[in-house]
Formats: sequence, C-alpha cells, structure tokens
Amino acid sequence: MTEATQVHGVLDSHGEKAAELQSVYVYEAPVRLWHWINAAAIVVLATTGYFIASPLPSTPGEASSQYLMGYIRFAHFSAGYVLAVALLMRLYWALVGNDHARQIFYLPVWDRKWLWGVLYEARWYSFLVKQPKKYIGHNPLGHLVMHLFMLNLAFLVVTGFALYSEGAGRDSWQHELFGWVFWIWPNSQDVHTWHHLAMWGVILFVIIHIYTAVREDIVSRQSLISSMISGERVFRDEADK
Amino acid sequence: MAAIETFYDVIRRQGVTRRSFTKFCSLTAASLGLGQTAAMQMAHALETNPRIPVIWMHGLECTCCSESFIRSAHPLAKDVVLSMISLDYDDTIMAAAGHQAEAILEETKEKYKGKYILAVEGNPPLNEGGMFCIDGGKPFVEKLKWMAEDAMAIIAWGACASWGCVQAAKPNPTQATPIDKVIKDKPIIKVPGCPPIAEVMTGVVTYVTTFGKLPELDRQGRPKMFYSQRIHDKCYRRPHFDAGQFVEEWDDEAARKGHCLYKMGCKGPTTYNACSTVRWNGGVSFPIQSGHGCIGCSEEDFWDKGSFYDRLTKIQQFGIEHNADEVGLAAAAVVGGAVAVHAGVTAVKRITAKHEG
Repeated sequence: MTEATQVHGVLDSHGEKAAELQSVYVYEAPVRLWHWINAAAIVVLATTGYFIASPLPSTPGEASSQYLMGYIRFAHFSAGYVLAVALLMRLYWALVGNDHARQIFYLPVWDRKWLWGVLYEARWYSFLVKQPKKYIGHNPLGHLVMHLFMLNLAFLVVTGFALYSEGAGRDSWQHELFGWVFWIWPNSQDVHTWHHLAMWGVILFVIIHIYTAVREDIVSRQSLISSMISGERVFRDEADK
Repeated sequence: MAAIETFYDVIRRQGVTRRSFTKFCSLTAASLGLGQTAAMQMAHALETNPRIPVIWMHGLECTCCSESFIRSAHPLAKDVVLSMISLDYDDTIMAAAGHQAEAILEETKEKYKGKYILAVEGNPPLNEGGMFCIDGGKPFVEKLKWMAEDAMAIIAWGACASWGCVQAAKPNPTQATPIDKVIKDKPIIKVPGCPPIAEVMTGVVTYVTTFGKLPELDRQGRPKMFYSQRIHDKCYRRPHFDAGQFVEEWDDEAARKGHCLYKMGCKGPTTYNACSTVRWNGGVSFPIQSGHGCIGCSEEDFWDKGSFYDRLTKIQQFGIEHNADEVGLAAAAVVGGAVAVHAGVTAVKRITAKHEG
C-alpha cells in the first residue's frame, strides 16, 4: 500500500494524540463532480419522467396561459442532456484518469481473486463472515453493482435519445444516432415501457447505494460518504504496525 | 387485358383537358410534399410511361383496406382504378371470377415480368403448411411467393400485411406472418393502419406508378411522406397536452371541452400515421377529433399492448400482467423492506458484538 499516508502527530485541544489513520486519494475531482451532477440529474429525471408518464391533475383555464407539461418535459430533456454530457466527460476521464476512474467500466471476470471477492462480500452482506475486507476502490460486489448501474444508465440514455428523436424528427441527429432502437422495438410504446422500467432500476440502485454507503461507512470502518466529497478514502482502524 | 396506354391517353379519352391534367400534377406533387419540378416530372411520366399493372391479392384479412381505398376522396378511387393504374387483378372488386380470374395472374406474371406491382392485403398464415388460408385451391402463402417472384415491388397494405395485426395477436394460432418475414428478396413498402387512410393508399400508388420507384422509406419500411410524424406531433389537441389539460374520465368537463386524451390511454404519442393531418372520409374527422383516443392501429402488435385505455403498457414478459409502475413499485417495496431488515440485523449484530467484546 505505497499510496497510503500516515497521519502523524495530530493533536486535539486536550493534548491527546489522534489515532494514526491511513488515507488514500481515490476519487479525482472530475469523478466526484460527475457523481453529484449525475445524482442531481437523476433526481430531476426520475421526478419529471414519472409525471410525463402519469401527469399531474389537469390545470384550469385557457390552454394558451398554461405550459405545465411543456415545462416538465423541458426539465426532463434538459436534465437528460446534462446527464448525457456528464457521462461523456466521465467516459473520457475513465481513459485519462487514475485506475479508480476506470474501475466501474469493466468487470475483471478473468481475475479469480476478484470473483472470490464477490462471493466473500456477498457472504459479508449476508452476515456469514465477521470482518469485511477493506478495499481502496469499490469492493468486488459493489464493483459488480456499479457496473450494472452504468449499463442501466447507458440504456436509459440510448432509449431516452431514441424517444426524444420522435419529437425532434426523422432528419434529426438524434434519430440518425439512436433511431436503431426502433429496429429492436418497432412500436415505440415498448421503448417507453423499457425506459420506464429502467428508471425503476435506477431507483432500486439508489436505495441500495445510499444504504450500503452509510452502512459500510459505519460498519466497515472506512470512509465512503465523505470520500465522494474530498476524494480521500480514510481507513479508521490504525495501521498495522 | 387492355392494350398498354399511358395515363394521359386514358384521361384525354375521357374528356379531361390538358389544363386540368397539369393542375392535377401540381396538386398531387404538392400533396406528396414535392416541389414544382416534380410536377413537371410527373406530367412527363404520366404522358410517356405505360400504366403499371397492379395485382391486388387478399390473404388473411377483413377487407377494411379495400373498403378504405374505394372511399378515397382525392384522387377518387374510380380514377385510380380505371385510369392511373391498370388494376388487373383484385378478387374482391374485379368482374372476372374463377379460372378466368386466375388466368390473369399467369398472364401478368409472364407479360410484365419484373414490371408489375404486387399489392397485398392481409397476410399468409404459415402454420399447418399454410392451410388456414386457401385461395384458388392453394395455400395463400404459395400464391403470394409465386406472384412475388416476378414483381417489381410489393405494397403491404394495412396492419395485417405490415405487422400481422389481430390474426397475429397472441397466441397467433395460425402463425399469421407479415409479408416482409415471408418475402425477403423484393422491395417492400409498408402502408400500416387498420385500415390505412384512403388518401395515403392512393398517394402511395400514385407515387409508385408515376415515378416507377418506391417513395423514400423510413427504418420500418413505411413511406416517410405519410409516416414520419406521430399523431401526437400534429394533433389539434396538442396545446392542451402541453398546458397539462387532460380528460380525466369520459364525459367530464374536459372531455366536453375537447382537452387532451393522454390520460385516457390515447396512443397518439407512439403512433406514426397521417390521421391528424389528412384525417378520414375526405378530411371530415379522425378518432381524436370525435373524442376517443388513438388506439395505435398502425403500430406493430397494437393488439398485444394491453388496454386501449391505459397509457402505461402492461408487461407480460415475466408471466404477470402489470404496468411498469406496478412492477417498479413492488420491486422498490421489496428492496426497501430488505434494506430496512438488513439495517436492523446490522444494528443488532453490532450491539451484541459490543457486549461480547
């Protein structure tokens, strides 16, 4: 663990010496920025997307003085663009960033140790082993789930642009690039359904993601929540001496 | 069979003036979304090209396409049938019958090899060797393949020929199959709808017979000029959709005011057709205008997408019948519950571990 730095000689106001902690810089600034932009975009997209499929109660008055669905759809499409552009930036950073920036884009299925790690973590979450392993990046099971989430996200972007191209028109670049989705599902009603189901996939992921981040931050004695703000992963147990 | 003459010859013989003829060319060019030069090309083609023979065959279908076609207001079906195209065979509206009628098929196939248009209404059932649709003593699928061999192009009329329609709906006992899944080596133009709009049908035939080629098609093989936009994109109730004004139940105030039918399961936002622009019966009305949502009849497998009155499609893939929200909410409840239990177990474990330590 050559990257690890030890915190020497930190004192508190009573003169008591702090424990020596190990911390590693894991998440570079573009990764953290992407995480929060992505999170915000997903909140907007899921909310507005739900109201596009199941609209709010009707508005009164003249149609010309209202634009509620228009605004909801505008917010959905804007947030969709933000998410897509951020995802492109994130892909670029996977190429030029550090090793941890690449992690969630592939699964090392050829690595027996990683496969063993997936099983070990599954047993840890099933309360079958007493101590978790500590990982600098994602633990193998988390890695697997993150990868599935990224595939789900890519699916949402592709189907989202395909659906957007229906309004943008047959001559639009969106239709050029994403119209092939209608090869797979000629009736766009199906594309709507899958887009909708994938949204629920994201919601399931968010529930598990937030729960495990909080839980592991406490139970596994390593920072997860603050890591996505500072980029540092702090291991709370003292270094082996 | 009549001697080969041009469209122009026929209408001049019928007493139509040259002035009316050029007017017709301009109007038709405009309705096909083409420019002024196309009108001249069209006039030239109609004056010089021999009329293209059209063979119109019927498989598993309900004849609603034919019913629609003969109600075309512009151009009148009479003109299309009698003048513009040489409709040599259509077993429902032709005078000949029996062996006399079947002889026309052989004659056309031989005489106009690679030059005739094969228009197919309905589709062939493939189960039991095609025995569910016998036409002229033979399974329809054989007749279709035989006539398709020497056709220039095939027009697949309606949802049956394009997608399969009701006879192909689950569980599809006769294995009714759309034309493009049976004939692979010919250009096929899909004109979906149940039935397609009459003016769309005559527009397509006019284009093919005047220019001798198929109009530009989209990825699904439908003519772009009529199927590149959704009902929703040109719906006259669209302002109410954008404003968020919906009919919430049949016969409420919003229904009487003609607000958007989205919440009543209107399939306009996922249906590609020209109903909201061309309309029906000579431009009189179309389903949404009469107060009922679009049922998406020109879309693939529209019978198998759940109720005509639900926005969210029922999902049958997992052996259940619920919409995406019901599936998603159930999954979220399960996962949320599991997380709560897991958190509880974690807390208990930590407390007991501390006592032990």
